[in-house]
Amino acid sequence: MNPRPSSGLQPMTRASAWALVAVGALIMLAPFYMMFVFASHPRAEIFQVPPPLLPGTDFMSNMAILLQRIPFWTNLGWSFYVAIAFTLCSLLFCSMGGYAFAIYEFPLKKPLFTVVMGTMLIPPFLGMIPNFMVMDFLGWIDRPIALYLPGAAGAFGIFMVRQYVLSSVPRELIEAARMDGCGEFRIYWSIVLPLLGPALGTLALISFISSWNNFISPLVVMRSLEMYTLPLALRSMQNPVNTEWGAIMAGSAIAALPLLVLFALTSRRLIDGLVSGAVRG
Amino acid sequence: MKPLIKLRWAPYFFLAPFMLLFFVFGLFPLGFSLVLAFQSWDPVQGLSSMTFVGLKNFAFLLDDDWFWKSLYNTLWLAVVSGLPQHLVAIPLACFIHKRLGRWRNAVVGVYFMPYITSTVAMAILFSALFSTDYGVINTTLQFFFPIQAIDWLGDPDNIKPAIALMVFWRYVGFNTVLYLAALQAIPRETYEAATLDGASPRQQFFFITLPLLKPMMLFSVTLSVIGGLQLFEEPFVLTGGRGGSDQAGMTTAIYMFRTAFEFSDFGTASAISWSLFLVVALLTWGTHRLFRGKKEAS
Repeated sequence: MNPRPSSGLQPMTRASAWALVAVGALIMLAPFYMMFVFASHPRAEIFQVPPPLLPGTDFMSNMAILLQRIPFWTNLGWSFYVAIAFTLCSLLFCSMGGYAFAIYEFPLKKPLFTVVMGTMLIPPFLGMIPNFMVMDFLGWIDRPIALYLPGAAGAFGIFMVRQYVLSSVPRELIEAARMDGCGEFRIYWSIVLPLLGPALGTLALISFISSWNNFISPLVVMRSLEMYTLPLALRSMQNPVNTEWGAIMAGSAIAALPLLVLFALTSRRLIDGLVSGAVRG
Repeated sequence: MKPLIKLRWAPYFFLAPFMLLFFVFGLFPLGFSLVLAFQSWDPVQGLSSMTFVGLKNFAFLLDDDWFWKSLYNTLWLAVVSGLPQHLVAIPLACFIHKRLGRWRNAVVGVYFMPYITSTVAMAILFSALFSTDYGVINTTLQFFFPIQAIDWLGDPDNIKPAIALMVFWRYVGFNTVLYLAALQAIPRETYEAATLDGASPRQQFFFITLPLLKPMMLFSVTLSVIGGLQLFEEPFVLTGGRGGSDQAGMTTAIYMFRTAFEFSDFGTASAISWSLFLVVALLTWGTHRLFRGKKEAS
């Protein structure tokens, strides 16, 4: 434990502070727990007094209803496809851009870098309508490329890679490779890229999660149920009169599960990455 | 072997993906939306039906009840969901920083978890939790307090509080983590010196911790303002995509989306988006002024 300033707080106050933080943590967790509980109960049981608080046995029948209503596995597949394609494109484009800003000197470097950082300040809703028109013009309506390509060279990732290259790729290494006649692309691909592991790992996590959760872009460009990503498909089951809550919760639980597992495995790194990115931005 | 790319052109080669994507999906849409804001255009009629109407779209908005209502909703939600986040996150971060040793990562992880999960999946879940007669939230409240069941999502008076609750739940951990990062940057010696000088923990909190947190407060409040004013997904899902009864949960972002894709009026929708941008810019500037003013006063 850290050394800390001695506290004059009453033991009672301290105990209640502990209790408050614990209750808060329960409130944070409760919705996740309820999602998994609801996922295993039929609709009629979810809306009972009192509501079910323990997992039930109807997960499979909820899944059956879900599969009747939406092409769930197709939607899940698109979610994975788009998230993986987006992650790979981000890793490639951001590492290229960040590398260029870290290593080279060129005439337009400063203004270009300002442009990159400036894109973080543009609220996404400003370009929503023309973006839809561009997608329409390119014939990308209902095509997954509209979801993974446009945002793949994000300022956040470029900046992150640049910082990492500046701090941990020795310039002498690049000079030496150049002396030996190694081409610029080879230097980037076979010498620098393997050194960027930690930065690219964090960037991959953040990219995957943001694509997985993305709702607004598919809402604008995806038109047919077969092309929907999961959030969109689940939302389409929401109905003012007759929502199949058990089924929708089973789908939501499956949609949330990959992220919860990923988060459990990497929370330290993910939080540090997101926060340092946010703080710099 | 001859290198594929000459040194001189290498930086442009490496930046090409960014420049291309930025031009096509960043700069061009931005410019075009500015043009659109001064046009009248129904996209179904094709490009030729676009006509320049000057400030008419903006004049229409000044007179438009829904626009003002949406702006009111947006500001209401930004304040009511935003302010409590910081009022809770600051003491929580201090407590975690000072008191939690072994449990620290677990507790931080639990509070942060809502931030990384799909907003849509969780908003769907919350609409079940908010259900009037059988919802878990009402049942829990009625267990502790003798109250009537609250019609969270049906009654216009309650939609905004319901949305604010969910937004609070989602972002309070994110802000806590930001404040924790700032707390870690305060050198321990500062507190040790203060303790030697006889400052009580309360004095240390108000005269050391809070002033040193000010830059982070400015930053995270700015993030809350910018994010809060663009609120879309939570109210969109909780109100079934239309803003709820009496448009009580319709934020400006939702109104813009409906104007464009439901009413097919791209010109007015662009005018809405630029008006919202002006509000965001103005309030961000206001936040900075507010914090600078405080600094001079202290």
